[in-house]
Amino acid sequence: MLKRKRFFFAILAILPTLAIFAYVRLYPIADTLRLSLFQWNILSKNKPFIGLANFRELLGDHLFLDALINTTIIAFGVLVLTIPMAMIIAAMLFHRTRSRMAGFYETAVFIPHVVSLVPAAMAWKWIFDARLGPLNALLDFIGIPMQNWLFDPVLSVICIIVLCSWQALGYAVLIYLVGFKNLPVSLYEAAKLDGASGPQSFWHLSIPMLKPITLYVSVVTLVSGFNVYAQAFVLASDAQGAPGRQVRVLVLDMLENSFRNYRVGYAASEAVVLLVIVLGLTLIQFSMLRERGKS
Amino acid sequence: MTFETMRHTEQTAEELAEGVRLRRRKKLTNLAIDIFLLSVSVLMLLPLVLLVANAFKTPAEMLAWPPTIVPGDPTLDNFKAVLSETPLLRWIGNSIAFAVMSTIAIVATSAIAGYVFGKFRFATMNVLFALFLATAIVPFEVYMIPLYFQAKSLGILNSVWGLLLGYLVMSFGIFLIRQNVIHSIPDELLEAARIDGAGEFWIFFRIVLPLLRGALGALAVLAFFQAWTAFAWPMIVTTTRSSYTIEVGLALFQTGFTVDLGRLSAASATVLIPSILLFVILRRNFVQGVASTGLKE
Repeated sequence: MLKRKRFFFAILAILPTLAIFAYVRLYPIADTLRLSLFQWNILSKNKPFIGLANFRELLGDHLFLDALINTTIIAFGVLVLTIPMAMIIAAMLFHRTRSRMAGFYETAVFIPHVVSLVPAAMAWKWIFDARLGPLNALLDFIGIPMQNWLFDPVLSVICIIVLCSWQALGYAVLIYLVGFKNLPVSLYEAAKLDGASGPQSFWHLSIPMLKPITLYVSVVTLVSGFNVYAQAFVLASDAQGAPGRQVRVLVLDMLENSFRNYRVGYAASEAVVLLVIVLGLTLIQFSMLRERGKS
Repeated sequence: MTFETMRHTEQTAEELAEGVRLRRRKKLTNLAIDIFLLSVSVLMLLPLVLLVANAFKTPAEMLAWPPTIVPGDPTLDNFKAVLSETPLLRWIGNSIAFAVMSTIAIVATSAIAGYVFGKFRFATMNVLFALFLATAIVPFEVYMIPLYFQAKSLGILNSVWGLLLGYLVMSFGIFLIRQNVIHSIPDELLEAARIDGAGEFWIFFRIVLPLLRGALGALAVLAFFQAWTAFAWPMIVTTTRSSYTIEVGLALFQTGFTVDLGRLSAASATVLIPSILLFVILRRNFVQGVASTGLKE
């Protein structure tokens, strides 16, 4: 009787949240999967089922493939820059936890992660600006030829990687810092007694022991890298000033297909590709964690 | 300290010298680490500092090399120009309204769902929780196009309600509160209240919520910043100039050909300064919230 009453309360309490959740999350996710199999032009009434034709078309779509390659390069570029730097900075921060400056260091590293994307991207747009930017002025000052950072196809990808890494670093440092704080102190003391130096115990103790954290941060960084949009939108306008055209990324291509070309079904199939990538990355993380648990 | 000096008296002169050398080396290492961390911090902050500085500069000074941190001839012209050309304050107002409402919605839904999933372990509830968790890894960008059509059919495009639709629930928030409920609210406490005849609603509002204050605070800060920095969703939901959030407004403003650097910097600074201040004030909450995301395993 009592149990029944509690069950009734639980259902009643969860119902509003569940309803919202179903409406704003479950339904649109299911709709994305469904739409990806249809040809839907917003303007026309009928919506024919076309099976996997959208996906087949994606394979030959240069704009999409371009976007996929750019996005992948950006995601892995951010990963390669962020993880080692975050680990080293977190190790140093952990070493100086008790210093009076620790709070300042932590805040300074973390601020780029929380400030609004667009103003922060604007700061970098100015830094990279070919005519007005301090980066070219610096290069000129030390005698290196100036570069057309934001209009060169390769350099502009690098610019986006730098901006995204600058933003991702604070988060990674924070998670690593939690990891360092949870490592057993006794192990480090033992290593010290055996004559291991600081860098040695970092290399042989910290890095292997932090592997689960590294996996987690890597997947989070990659997933947010694959969703990159605002950064490319602001930094990579093409010569006509059209935002985001210089470096096409997945989300931009998807939104253009949906709202400029009115091909919603096709855009949904791009979203499904994004979903598959994210699921794949998460599965890799879980299977690597389990492998570790076994050994 | 006394223990150490006592030990040292028994050491030979050689060992003493060794100890001094080691301590000096440690000090030098710490100094080197401090210098490293200080330069990292400065590099991280420099782009933002320069941007804010640019906002107060005259066009001539902005081109100076090396760039000045403190403007030699500070001016408010850039701010005046931006405020007269764009509805900047309106955009900031939209962003604040959106972020506050999203925070309230996320805190409310997470508190209730987290409590139910944490303390009512019926099979049905476990299935529902698994459902919430499983969809947590699906990025917003994947399902925002269908969600846009839902907002459209509700007739709430170009409004705060439309913005809110995408930011009503947060899987991670439910997860965070559930963890807190399990770890910090003992079953005995709830049972005792039930034996005393307290109703379930009374227990939730009078016992559970006060105990969750810390976790809800951390979640609120996370939710606020998440909405405040949202970009893709506001970008598609708002298409009229008066309904933009600050992120969308600025992103579209900067694509204009006639817009100069001073005005862009002024507009950016207007947004950056309050959000940095807010972050510095709420840093502890924020760090607590973000740090708990890494503790999933």
